[in-house]
Amino acid sequence: MRHRDSTAAAASAHRHGAGPQSGHSAHVRVSDLSHAYRRGGPLALGGVDLEVRPGEIAALVGRSGCGKSTLLHLIAGLATPTAGAVHINGARVTGPSPRWVMMFQAPSLFPWMTVAQNAALGLRFTRRAHLVAERIPRLLRLVDLAALADRNAQELSGGQQQRVALARSLATEPDLLLLDEPFSALDAFTRRALQADVRRIAGELGLTVILVTHDVGEAVAMADRAFVMAADPGRVVCETALAPASREPGTPAFEAERTRLATLYETHAARRDAA
Amino acid sequence: MTDAALPITMTDDAQPRSPRRAPEALRAVGGALLGLGILGALWAFGGWIIQRDPSLFIFRDFAPGPTLSRFWTMVQSGEAWRMAGPSLNRVGSGLGLAILIGVPVGIVMGRSRLFRDLANAPFQFLRMISPLSWMPIAVMAFSTWDGAIVFLITVATVWPVLFATAAGVRRIDPAWLKVARNLGARPLHLLTSVILPAIAQDVFTGIRLALGVAWVVLVPAEYLGVTSGLGYAINDARDTLDYARLGATVLVIGVIGYALDLLCLLAIRRLSWLREEAR
Repeated sequence: MRHRDSTAAAASAHRHGAGPQSGHSAHVRVSDLSHAYRRGGPLALGGVDLEVRPGEIAALVGRSGCGKSTLLHLIAGLATPTAGAVHINGARVTGPSPRWVMMFQAPSLFPWMTVAQNAALGLRFTRRAHLVAERIPRLLRLVDLAALADRNAQELSGGQQQRVALARSLATEPDLLLLDEPFSALDAFTRRALQADVRRIAGELGLTVILVTHDVGEAVAMADRAFVMAADPGRVVCETALAPASREPGTPAFEAERTRLATLYETHAARRDAA
Repeated sequence: MTDAALPITMTDDAQPRSPRRAPEALRAVGGALLGLGILGALWAFGGWIIQRDPSLFIFRDFAPGPTLSRFWTMVQSGEAWRMAGPSLNRVGSGLGLAILIGVPVGIVMGRSRLFRDLANAPFQFLRMISPLSWMPIAVMAFSTWDGAIVFLITVATVWPVLFATAAGVRRIDPAWLKVARNLGARPLHLLTSVILPAIAQDVFTGIRLALGVAWVVLVPAEYLGVTSGLGYAINDARDTLDYARLGATVLVIGVIGYALDLLCLLAIRRLSWLREEAR
């Protein structure tokens, strides 16, 4: 990637607490964001404020129905908020853009295309087809799919398809990757491999990542910071930094951090959800 | 991070599978040949009965022998192509117009709930009117016989194309459109990169149905004033009591119709993106 060196350094510096703001990874600010699916209907989100710093991996955790996926769609510009605003690098989000790309739970590859053609979609849509020959093979190597480039997308396993979706999301060199429970349909092995891959790739490319998950363990394994959300209306009830030493599932440090986050969720969100 | 060292190959189990096994294809071809053989035997049996019955004497040229020999001279002399050319031209024009109208309207119908609610009843109503019942109106409305015939074929074939297109559009996974928009697709991209490839096989299934209808409607439509084409040839052979020629023309109609259908089937196979194992 053209900005790999500078931003990877910036991102890793940032993760150690002292990074300067990078020009290539996104700074996300969500201000007083509210959303109702119907006018006058119940609020799916009620006044969310949060900030994700450049190069950071942030997790939105909460039970289903707490509005975390809605929040992600609003950040991506795939829906328009009822009130409030999202700013990415200071510019207000008014619609989708190849600068910030969302990855969904289902890979939704186009079944009439090969792996490489699927990965190249974003470049074709943004009239950068001349970059396909150089960039797509490199991205497929990055996600360990170089050998399958000419296969039809339907011939791949679920985990491989989600890797193609990751390559497809990265092809336009976005500053911000939005992940909407992207691994929840995968088996535990594949999920762990992909979690690690996304973290590694985000680090290499200096991406800002916002991850939505209902799996506290996934947040601990992947994120630098977690926002705990509660429902009715959806809102952020607490925010916590996650220890970098605890990302290895199965280790005592991981278990301790997972328990800490789960407890935070229980005390802040679950109690209010019940109330 | 040792997670990255997880053996990726353990989870990646998809192996290439051969799309169509050889015995399957052999079986399909064998079945087709046997079926055609049985049809030919029944034809020969009918010819044998006619031959035995003196009261059916004038129809003896319908038997395989005379018909096939006439068919052979028809093919060799180029008479078959001279008959079929104008007919194919009319079917091509009529079906082409039906596609030009049916595909865009079908896409709108598949995408717009409002249009679907509005158009469904009138379309189903019009669809059920036999295309041949438009014949008198067509003759009055068009200055040329050819125009009237093309109109009849268009009226007959637009519905299968339109409804198959609309059904295909409604089966499009909304996630494909979301993914495309998310990657920066403009409305034209959604059409050319998502909608059209996604529905190509449905459109061609509609065209295949439409072609069957067109080929059926063609012959009676060519009984109209024109002096060329397969329908005219049938009528002419009947009027001149040339039953070998009539039988041979029927054979030409069947062979061309079968070939066109086969072409459509090949197009559908080629455009179909649904893999056997994903069904």
